[in-house]
Amino acid sequence: MAVLTIRDALNQALREEIIRDENVFIMGEEVAEYDGAYKVTRGLWKEFGDKRVVDTPITELGFAAVGVGAAMAGLRPVIEFMTFNFSILASDQIINHAAKMRYMSGGQFKVPIVFRGPNGSAYQVSSQHSQALEAFYANFPGLKVVMPSTPADAKGLLKSAIRDDNPVVFLEQERMYGIKGEVPEDDDFTIPLGLADVKREGTDCTIVARSMTVPLAMQAAEIMQTDFDVSIEVVDPRTIKPLDIDTIVRSVKKTNCLIVVEESHAFASVGAEISHQVMEQAFDYLDAPVKRISCAEAPMPYAKNLEEMALPDVPKIIQAIKEVCYL
Amino acid sequence: MANTIIMPKLSPTMEEGQISRWLKKEGDAIEANEPIAEVDTDKATMEVTSLEAGTLLKIVIGEGNNARLGETIGVIGEKGEDFSALLNGASSNGASAKGDAETRGQGDAAKREASGASQEKSVAFASEREVTVAKQSEQQLKEEANETAGRSYDDQRPEAKEEAEDQRPKTKDQSPGDSQRMIVSPIAARMASENDINLKSIKGSGPNGRIIKRDIETALAEVQSSKPEVVSQKSAPAFQTAPVQGASAFREENTSKMRQVIAQRLATSIGPIPTFYLTVEIEMDAAIEFRKQINASIKEEEKVSVNDIIVKVAAMASLKHPFVNSSYQDKTIRFYADADVGVAVAIDEGLITPVVRGANRKTITEISREIKEMAKRAREKKLQPEEYTGATFSISNLGMFGIEQFTAIINPPEAAIFAVGSAAPKAVVRNGEIVVRNVMNVTMSCDHRVIDGATGAKFLQTFKQMLENPILMLM
Repeated sequence: MAVLTIRDALNQALREEIIRDENVFIMGEEVAEYDGAYKVTRGLWKEFGDKRVVDTPITELGFAAVGVGAAMAGLRPVIEFMTFNFSILASDQIINHAAKMRYMSGGQFKVPIVFRGPNGSAYQVSSQHSQALEAFYANFPGLKVVMPSTPADAKGLLKSAIRDDNPVVFLEQERMYGIKGEVPEDDDFTIPLGLADVKREGTDCTIVARSMTVPLAMQAAEIMQTDFDVSIEVVDPRTIKPLDIDTIVRSVKKTNCLIVVEESHAFASVGAEISHQVMEQAFDYLDAPVKRISCAEAPMPYAKNLEEMALPDVPKIIQAIKEVCYL
Repeated sequence: MANTIIMPKLSPTMEEGQISRWLKKEGDAIEANEPIAEVDTDKATMEVTSLEAGTLLKIVIGEGNNARLGETIGVIGEKGEDFSALLNGASSNGASAKGDAETRGQGDAAKREASGASQEKSVAFASEREVTVAKQSEQQLKEEANETAGRSYDDQRPEAKEEAEDQRPKTKDQSPGDSQRMIVSPIAARMASENDINLKSIKGSGPNGRIIKRDIETALAEVQSSKPEVVSQKSAPAFQTAPVQGASAFREENTSKMRQVIAQRLATSIGPIPTFYLTVEIEMDAAIEFRKQINASIKEEEKVSVNDIIVKVAAMASLKHPFVNSSYQDKTIRFYADADVGVAVAIDEGLITPVVRGANRKTITEISREIKEMAKRAREKKLQPEEYTGATFSISNLGMFGIEQFTAIINPPEAAIFAVGSAAPKAVVRNGEIVVRNVMNVTMSCDHRVIDGATGAKFLQTFKQMLENPILMLM
């Protein structure tokens, strides 16, 4: 297996799907001639030309709408937002149109579209550019929400998202584009949406982490194992919607405690939803209240030290593990 | 501030009580916990004590009159205080603010309602409560805010939350149980129930004494290590302590499917307790001789009766036949470690069965002394509820009335009762000759859900052998 960065794994997925299906095209700001703001689309415009890789003006609502229309007409657009913070401008198209069209047309139109781009914090890009929006999109029926944390997951899930007949919000993470990992070379390698992955098996405590918090949870788990002999299970749902709650519940029934680590704010977050579902399905198996580690309840500070304090980190996870394991 | 005095629950089956005597007059000063009235319940005469100090302002229910549980029987407060509004409000809704835990919630709601409708004074009483309620919810909001803040990185001090909890107002009518409420994590509760562990015996190591998984695992490990290596003992669950002090410990074994079907079919046939009767004829000459020998060596007032010997023998025999000393509990059968024998005593208004706890372990003289003493208090209606409830089986003796044979009715959840007739001289055939023997009939009423014909018969065999050869009691 080749070792790739998440950036290159995504690039590979896009390239393979463009080749596989003539209806697939990419559209967004700087995706073509500039090779993408984060170089995810590097080389694609040169290889496939203007029809398959389309630069747009700075008009999120506009090009998202063009994408929805194209999808209704039978194409399979991949819309890149330079960051998902800008998707808020296009949220009318995503939530009111893409998510509703199949339902409101009585199934006459399907909307096979992928909205993708980096979500969550980067390095000191301040309040307006550091938001994690998964709970916002996952709240609406009609949208699938995907958050990969490894190069293999990124490739397999993006290919599934492009092949899916429903609108998919595909959330990457700017801090993670450079993370390397093994990626299967098979052209048809896909990972089904709605399937969680146990990233590390353990017996004493379950951590549900996604996207950027997966590597943090893995580090914390390693420290707990070597320093405290506590065995942590790390579950990565990979798809937020549909959520593979069964895998999470199975893990909680084994470990009897749960921590959800997320980059988003806590209130009404995906972690809140997971806590609720676990309470409902595994209440009798809990040995401690479910613990969440989320972004601080404040707009993201610009100052580097404050930004670090606002985000989940390894010491916070270790502290939470000690709490739920009564150490 | 004036407050109502209500009719408390003084026996497990009590629904109303009759004021037999007021120990205080209106205007008398009362100490907290001081007896203020005597109440006849369905079982005994009990004292009502005041929960607070003050002056008895008003007697609402006079001597000889009845009051339902929770009904206002009097008013306590400061001398000269106007309590009329309180009385209007409280007596109309039965339960008051000081009502027992069962009616507390209802009482509160009713009280608030009443306060809205009634006059100024009672509003003053109720509004203080409402202020407390308001304060409480304000406090809750604060706590919630604290928790939200606690989520942020800069305020995760555990002390902050503890402080907030300490400030929680301790309302006056908070039931004493609240502070002792057991906190158990769901998985710990589940493990305890699966392993028959009594949570009350476990000290929680989590925050606020929460019993957590680790505590159950520790308890399980202790049980495992303290268990003797006898295979036969491993199969039977351990005895657990009964909730009533002094009562026999018991263990519960799951009811077998066959037992469940037997129980269900028989109960369909006759009443909830399918009863059958076994009668045995016992020659009492040896027992009578045995009694003479005992009594020859002790003081007049300590003399034992034949019935005392029967109690002792029944207790000992029942331990050899555990089903007789058991109780049908639907899903399980409860086997008792000791025989707590209920001895039926006739009193003026009816019947009461004082319980000789652990009769199998007591000497005949001890049993005798205990029965005499309890029977005396039973006639005076001074028995405490725990003294006449929770027997493991009962004995009813009508021999002194010349009854030769009769059947007694089982007192659930016991599984058996023994109806003992008189021991009278009769002509019997022994070795081909007619001789005179003192013969006594004992009829055992059996709960067929746990005791089968053969089980009961085998018990009676042991019982008969012991009475006919009292020396067997030593074996």
